[in-house]
Amino acid sequence: MKSNTLSANLFLRREDFELTIDITAPTNGVTAIFGASGSGKTTLLRCIAGLEKGAKGSVKFKEQIWQSEKTFIPVHKRPLGYVFQEASLFDHLTADKNLQYAIARGSNNTVTTKQQAVELLGIGDLLQRYPEQLSGGERQRVAIARALLVQPELLLMDEPLASLDAPRKAEILPYLEKLKSELSLPILYVTHAIDEIARLADYIIVMEMGKVLMQGTAGEVFSSVKFSHFQGEDTASILSGKVIEIDEEFHLCTVKSEELLLQCRDLSYDVGKSVRVRILARDVSLTTSSPAKSSILNSFDATVAEVQEDKHPGLTLVKIKIGDNHIVCRISSKSAHELSIKVGSKVWAQIKSVAIIQ
Amino acid sequence: MTLFTSDDVTAIKLTVMLASTVTVILLIISTPVALWLASTHSKWKGFVSALVAMPLVLPPSVLGFYLLIAMGPEGPLGMLTTSLGLPSFAFSFSGLVIASVFYSLPFVVQPIQNAIESLGARPLEVAATLRAGKLDTFFTVILPLSKAGFYTAAVLGFAHTVGEFGVVLMIGGNIPGETQVISVKIYEHVESLNYAQAHTLSLTMVLFSFLTLALLYSIQKPKSKN
Repeated sequence: MKSNTLSANLFLRREDFELTIDITAPTNGVTAIFGASGSGKTTLLRCIAGLEKGAKGSVKFKEQIWQSEKTFIPVHKRPLGYVFQEASLFDHLTADKNLQYAIARGSNNTVTTKQQAVELLGIGDLLQRYPEQLSGGERQRVAIARALLVQPELLLMDEPLASLDAPRKAEILPYLEKLKSELSLPILYVTHAIDEIARLADYIIVMEMGKVLMQGTAGEVFSSVKFSHFQGEDTASILSGKVIEIDEEFHLCTVKSEELLLQCRDLSYDVGKSVRVRILARDVSLTTSSPAKSSILNSFDATVAEVQEDKHPGLTLVKIKIGDNHIVCRISSKSAHELSIKVGSKVWAQIKSVAIIQ
Repeated sequence: MTLFTSDDVTAIKLTVMLASTVTVILLIISTPVALWLASTHSKWKGFVSALVAMPLVLPPSVLGFYLLIAMGPEGPLGMLTTSLGLPSFAFSFSGLVIASVFYSLPFVVQPIQNAIESLGARPLEVAATLRAGKLDTFFTVILPLSKAGFYTAAVLGFAHTVGEFGVVLMIGGNIPGETQVISVKIYEHVESLNYAQAHTLSLTMVLFSFLTLALLYSIQKPKSKN
């Protein structure tokens, strides 16, 4: 059977830091490596690329062994593309020559043509310029196009938005979403920004102090109580689904995720479009009796799956199960006590607001 | 009016010939040394750096003395030439070339090394992720990005070889057309109280040095691209 995973079992010791990881990630869609700065996420990405010579262990991509005890395939022979955190274009070459550099050396098995890459990233007008004549966001877009043009089988991106200000980030994120939906290229995406993984990630590896803290699908990770301390105030659950109906009279659309039907504000997405919705934990309230008529549109019966005190003892995080979906809610500890919420309790969840994020 | 005597012209030609040969050889030798020094974490780095920099502090006569011994019949170079049936390097143009390569080595290695070090590791990593092998990376990334360092190295190597005196005197002596370079010729003019000719040649050297340095500093000035 063909293996469709990327597995890495690596160990790297530096003076003040140690990386010990053992991960297996799917090789489709976007896998995010998430963590605070200093958690080792960039180092992990560099190890997978072969840029850290001191790393011991093994890296296997699908059927290809990139590193093992006996072998170490040099970086330039691994079928990967790499986007560095800060602009990494060759200063002595124009944007166009930078792309040509990749094309001349990339695989002959062309998956993405130059024209496609240029259109996808909207860099047609920039090609004759030198990197110093481009803005930070433009440079990063050229760098992404360049990485695509070596025809990689795996694209590694190291916080490609981190060096940019908010408007530039907003400029590039749609390109990344397009990249994800239009190319069937697996992406390993390092970031410390929750909103980026909320929008892009299918699978998430959470790192802390050189170790993997947790890993799973975006839905699993976001709905886990443990993950909430990375999110703080904005703790949220992510559900994926499809737009199935548009209510033009009230400007609403219905998103179906598993068996759950959620009413959201209509953002003029077409029926059938795959979307993700984000539900903030503080926007979910729980009752033990079926609620009477209320202004809240989204109301479901649910079962409590997990209960945990939040960072502040006055608050409690409750993970509930609605059909096959999990949603995290944040309620006051007093309410949790008064409603005697515990694992297995039947409750009604009212969701005040559901935001479509993609 | 003749500015230079025919002997002077011979000395000038010989000097240019020597400096050009040495510069070419030095660029070839120094590039791998500088590449290694710029990227290695080896414990030998300090040792090799010190060895390369020795001519900066050593009196030329000391360097010349040991090279002369090495080229003598009992020295390793001398034994090599004898066993190959070649004439001795001492008091020959080839000997001067060898001596000058040692003498000017730091002036070529260091600018190249500095230029490569200032590039940092990133461009090389980028090239590797774009499938460029080592040699490819050198010619398409390192060389164009550290061009100024190579120009500086070439100019300094040439100028420094033109300006040497002590080593030449020790190794080459004063044979017209073979080892009599400008600096030695000036010395000879002065010894024979021929001040007018000494002036002409010296002034030529002053002008040459000034123009060389002016050229050097204009290379080093950061230029905008294209």
